[in-house]
Amino acid sequence: MLRDAAVSAVIAFGLFGAMIGLKTEVGVQTIELTPRPYLVLAAVVLVFFGRLALLAWKKSRPAGTPKRGRITAVANKAGRYLTPVVLVLTITLPFYAERYYVDLGVLVLTYVMLGWGLNIVVGLAGLLDLGYVAFYAVGAYSYALIAQNFGLGFWTCLPLAGILAAFWGVLLGFPVLRLRGDYLAIVTLAFGEIIRVVILNWTSLTGGPNGLSGIPRPTLFGLVFNSSGGEGSFAEFFGIEPNISQRGIFLFYVILGLALLTNWVSLRLRRLPLGRAWEALREDEIACRALGIDVTVTKLTAFAMGACFAGFAGAFFATRQAFISPESFTFIESAIVLAIVVLGGLGSQIGVALAAVVMIGGGELFRDFQEYRMLIFGGALVIMMVVRPRGLVSGRTPSVSLGDKRHISADMMTEGHG
Amino acid sequence: MTHPLLSVEALTMRFGGLTAVDALSFEARAGEITAVIGPNGAGKTTVFNCITGFYRPTEGALRLTHASGATYPLASMAGHLITRRAQVARTFQNIRLFAGMTVLENLLVAQHNTLMPNVANGLLAVFGLGGHRRAERAAIEKAKLWMEAIGLTDRADDPAGSLPYGDQRRLEIARAMCTDPVLLCLDEPAAGLNPRESDDLSSLLMRIRDGRDVAGRCSLLLIEHDMGVVMRISDHVVVLDHGRKISDGTPEQVRADPHVIAAYLGEGDEGDDAVTEAAL
Repeated sequence: MLRDAAVSAVIAFGLFGAMIGLKTEVGVQTIELTPRPYLVLAAVVLVFFGRLALLAWKKSRPAGTPKRGRITAVANKAGRYLTPVVLVLTITLPFYAERYYVDLGVLVLTYVMLGWGLNIVVGLAGLLDLGYVAFYAVGAYSYALIAQNFGLGFWTCLPLAGILAAFWGVLLGFPVLRLRGDYLAIVTLAFGEIIRVVILNWTSLTGGPNGLSGIPRPTLFGLVFNSSGGEGSFAEFFGIEPNISQRGIFLFYVILGLALLTNWVSLRLRRLPLGRAWEALREDEIACRALGIDVTVTKLTAFAMGACFAGFAGAFFATRQAFISPESFTFIESAIVLAIVVLGGLGSQIGVALAAVVMIGGGELFRDFQEYRMLIFGGALVIMMVVRPRGLVSGRTPSVSLGDKRHISADMMTEGHG
Repeated sequence: MTHPLLSVEALTMRFGGLTAVDALSFEARAGEITAVIGPNGAGKTTVFNCITGFYRPTEGALRLTHASGATYPLASMAGHLITRRAQVARTFQNIRLFAGMTVLENLLVAQHNTLMPNVANGLLAVFGLGGHRRAERAAIEKAKLWMEAIGLTDRADDPAGSLPYGDQRRLEIARAMCTDPVLLCLDEPAAGLNPRESDDLSSLLMRIRDGRDVAGRCSLLLIEHDMGVVMRISDHVVVLDHGRKISDGTPEQVRADPHVIAAYLGEGDEGDDAVTEAAL
């Protein structure tokens, strides 16, 4: 044990020696290196005792360690009661929370929606998509451009944005869906970048790096939200004080509705032949083909469906910000959404929602820690993968059953080979 | 009843310089169990993969004729259409069930094309349109019949991956039968089964051939190494060696054929050409 801990300490010294031990200070003309031996010592000591504690904890556990299955069963049971609680807390949020938290809620819900959308592609159909943000971008720019050039409102553009994103999903899908696993991931990653680069360079249409501004805000049956009140505004119609936070609350309910729509459609699809075919595709593509299922069409529908919801989310993002630029659609966004899906548990709806709250909400709350934010984020990911490698809520419930539905543990499932 | 269901004509499959199947011709008749046997590496599975659309044959024709008279050129059809239109189903040598899905779900996925004729219909079902509920009920009824036929009704809601090996084999056959095939191709269905299980399997296959106590009936084409099973249930046996047919006939004829004995005991490799000609 001591030896193991000592080895870890030596490795830590090697790693941290240069990184923490030396600080560069920029002078007027020179760059000076300041050694910081005490910090290195602290890090090494921390690693030494940390490793020691970890080993001691492992040893103290009885030989027959509790099975993963039991933890999963408890988590799933909790999940059943958790869902209504979370839903009620979310719906009533604007009534008890400050404006900051409502805005944060809008942000979190956007990612919940993206997560649920991507869950169709990755969790159900087992197609690893690293360029999901491309469809988010298509949705956002579709809304912005249609609204600015043709003067259509948010509610007219919303379905259009979804359809356009789905169209791009199909367009991308045709050539790449014969690829599997890693290769598919790389091509989708490239597609995400292509969309961003095109947006960045097609200055005449998209404004390039300057982005598009003055995107119209959404209205409630023609009632606008603004801080001055006046003719045709929400405040004037209901005879209340105009307040800018009303728009925030309205946006909150819009995205909540959109997210719940995503959830409803994907839950519903799971119980239908199409959704079952997606799951079968994730389990075994060759068997699907042998059963007469058109693998290409099935994959394309999963891609289009996922893209469609990303398009909705994109249109919402554009109307919320009133300004979009290519910077909002970088690879890191795809990575965050994918991390949410993987952390939450592939195919699990409540898991994805919780993961989005933790990742996005937690990220915002840790903003004070500045550069340590990413460190905490990375650490949390590593701990998650060690403790619950299949995500917060893993396994699946059968889509149909003769008796009572029993949960299927994740060990049975195969995934991500599409 | 005994019209030729599947006719294989001069089927040749080459992988680079290797000729896995060489000008193979045989017929499988409707209402019969046809067995394809041969030593390891004889090209049996390659023939199967050609018939079920996983490989595209280098040369030759594969023609399937339905009782209605409709014919399907299997060699030029897309993989999933062979199951969907020509109604040829298959199982795999290494079982390919959807392990994380329940027994019932496995049988429902097999009825995908009946449940969802096209994508638009599949999407309409989200809103409860398109008569999906009725179709789903019928599909569950059919799945129940098959679960009864293979004795897995009690385990309908268990994941397929948790079943014992023998049950998985039978489930895979039931799943293939749920696609309503006219020809079911089985790739070594008795592999890894104990004698009792292979007896059960033999009786299941004969019941499927005769349409007794099962929800459907069809002709069968099987690859098998277990000679006990082959001799007991086959109506017609085709023997392959090195990609060529060396014998073709009833189990009794094949058993007595000196070429077959030679191939299995590893003798008489010279004169192979003459042997093939003679057997034809």
